[in-house]
Amino acid sequence: MDFNFTEEQGMVRDSLSRLVREQYGFEERRKAIASADGWRPEVWAQLAELGILGMPFSEADGGFGGDAVDAMVIMEEFGKGLVIEPFLPTVVCAGGFLKHGGTAAQKEEHIGAIVSGTAVFAFAYAEPRGRYDYADLETTARKDGGAYVLNGHKAVVIGAPWASHLVVTASTGGERRDRGGVSVFVLAKDTPGVTTRDYVTVDGRRASEVFFENAAVGAEALIGAEGEGLALIERVTDEAIAALCAEACGAMKVAHAMTVEYSRQRKQFGVPIGSFQVLQHRMVDMYTAYETAVSLTYLATLRLGSDERTRKLAVSAAKVGVGQSARLIGQEAVQIHGGNGVTDEYAIGHYFKRLTIFDSEFGNVDHHLKRHVALS
Amino acid sequence: MNLEFTPEEQAFREEVRSFIAENYPKHLADFGMREDMAREDFVAWHKILGAKGWSVPAWPTQYGGTGWSPTQRYIWSEENARVNALMPLPFGVSMVGPVIYTFGSEEQKAKHLPGIRSGEVWWCQGYSEPGAGSDLASLKTTAVRDGDHYVINGQKTWTTLAQHADWGFFLCRTDPAAKQQEGISFILVDMKTPGVEVKPIKLLDGGYEVNETWLTDVRVPVENLVGVENKGWTYAKFLLAHERSGIAGVARSKRGVEKLREIAAHETLDGAPLIKDFDFAKKVSQLEIDLAALEITELRTLAGEQAGKGPGPESSILKIKGTEIQQRLTELTLEAVGTYSAPYMGGVSNDNGSNEHPVGPDYAAHAAATYFNMRKTSIYGGSNEIQRNIITKMILGL
Repeated sequence: MDFNFTEEQGMVRDSLSRLVREQYGFEERRKAIASADGWRPEVWAQLAELGILGMPFSEADGGFGGDAVDAMVIMEEFGKGLVIEPFLPTVVCAGGFLKHGGTAAQKEEHIGAIVSGTAVFAFAYAEPRGRYDYADLETTARKDGGAYVLNGHKAVVIGAPWASHLVVTASTGGERRDRGGVSVFVLAKDTPGVTTRDYVTVDGRRASEVFFENAAVGAEALIGAEGEGLALIERVTDEAIAALCAEACGAMKVAHAMTVEYSRQRKQFGVPIGSFQVLQHRMVDMYTAYETAVSLTYLATLRLGSDERTRKLAVSAAKVGVGQSARLIGQEAVQIHGGNGVTDEYAIGHYFKRLTIFDSEFGNVDHHLKRHVALS
Repeated sequence: MNLEFTPEEQAFREEVRSFIAENYPKHLADFGMREDMAREDFVAWHKILGAKGWSVPAWPTQYGGTGWSPTQRYIWSEENARVNALMPLPFGVSMVGPVIYTFGSEEQKAKHLPGIRSGEVWWCQGYSEPGAGSDLASLKTTAVRDGDHYVINGQKTWTTLAQHADWGFFLCRTDPAAKQQEGISFILVDMKTPGVEVKPIKLLDGGYEVNETWLTDVRVPVENLVGVENKGWTYAKFLLAHERSGIAGVARSKRGVEKLREIAAHETLDGAPLIKDFDFAKKVSQLEIDLAALEITELRTLAGEQAGKGPGPESSILKIKGTEIQQRLTELTLEAVGTYSAPYMGGVSNDNGSNEHPVGPDYAAHAAATYFNMRKTSIYGGSNEIQRNIITKMILGL
């Protein structure tokens, strides 16, 4: 049993922490969100240069041989600065599909481009009526000779406006919600028949509704075996959840620290509000919620390589526990900031927004509590 | 970073598991804590461990500790929890023992540590008073120097299992003029000294786990003072941090959740096992998730300890979360047994000497008593509100 980070992980943390501190201030982030593109490609290029985008890939695949703990360290630092660049969809999700299910040719084509920062991916899994069930698909991929023809509508595809490529889940047979009919495809976003409606999300990112209208892709677009995509999706999304939890931990840490600091500065009744026990105990509960969230994030991250049931139990435990902590810390941080907490001008509200949307990504608290019960 | 046990740690687990299987007293197996037990039952396992050299694992090896790593100690507690073993009581092993080997004189170490290790000498804790609970430093019991004795007068309360105690450690005011925390001393008292009187207090569960302890002109030799006169508050706080570090009770709560699942598999709702009811199963899963979070938090704290950090203010988190979970567990067990939670079965501690067969299922007999009993956990050892004050000051810096 070992809770220490390696020296390399310490260095990754330091370099990202510096990048966030020096170049990702609240005002810079706000400007990027308001810009036409909505993100900072130059930051993305820097992440490629620092080796961050290649970290969780094996050296054989052209990466730097990191693992899930490296991804955790990276995402936690991103969470502290509310970094909006699409590391999760590109490196963790698309990268995960390629690593675990990709053919040699697919890896060859895409991993190098991810590592160098030239390809950006989005993961189109959600649907308007699918909620959190990855098998509840209305999007279909019909086999047509050697090709597949995609039709359907994917919802809230985070990072899609910035993406060059998409990873898409679609039904290749069977009834709706049939666990045996799910397949995964990788394709260029400019494939004919693919259109998007782009928008800003409440937590400052960009996303799209993605529409497929007879979009034809070759057999080489299929990741893994046809109809056997669900196990792969569950594995990759479990990895994504662990990484997201780390991001939430980073955001919670800052939200809590900001709140404690605010309570030290803000005076009412002639004294700092942090001297009131009623607020002190609430900030202690926030702190405890943060520490337990960190523990569950470790648990999920370190169980990603375990057998399927152990992995799913740990990941669902984390998504439940971190989700509850994120809700508590976000709401309490705003409350203790008083009126300032509900203004756009104060940073705390933006942490609150990110922590709020976190719950709805890859299954909320209720969904994962249900999965935990089913596996118990 | 990893959660795996090394082959050496796995071998250690096998070793302690078979030692427990071979040596834990059969008649106490899966018995739990029952205050009506005879003194011999309480100390049975302690004495066996004392003979083996395993009764005080956390102590420095020079004083009889096992030299186990925190991970090994964690494995040890897990393996004991598997059989619900009745562990050595904390008053000697986790409380006064560490104070004596850290601050005591060589004579005190030689006199007291062997009896704590072996389980021969039973200790109790004289901290709280009727007027000094959370505000412990306002305590009024006095110790006045008279030649080579202290004369102690006052009243202590919540003295756990003092009815069996041979010795007690008492916080007494030795300088009434000093500021509250600065005039307190830490004094060891032989409970057979004239003037010491122990009166039982009946609790909600029907048991007599705690007492009022009256001290009237109790003459104690000055060599029973631990450390320096008027510095007792420092030792008292040191002791409380030690007390808190084992207080999370993770391994025991894990065993409790298993039992809860067994009960809920027996009980029925709408013709199906209660555990198949989603509303109930959800509560059990939530408890398990909170417990998993606590477990990793404790392991992180242990890892910090392994790296040389003593039990710090983080142990307050373990105390808060650990006791919340213990209480939630007894609450869900009470819910699980349903209507048979009501018959009064003599409580955790059987004050009417009844050995009657339970009215309902065996597992229901003590569900209510245990639930009532465990309300103490968020109150003792520094109430959970006091723990929040500690975190506020020591970690948040407010």
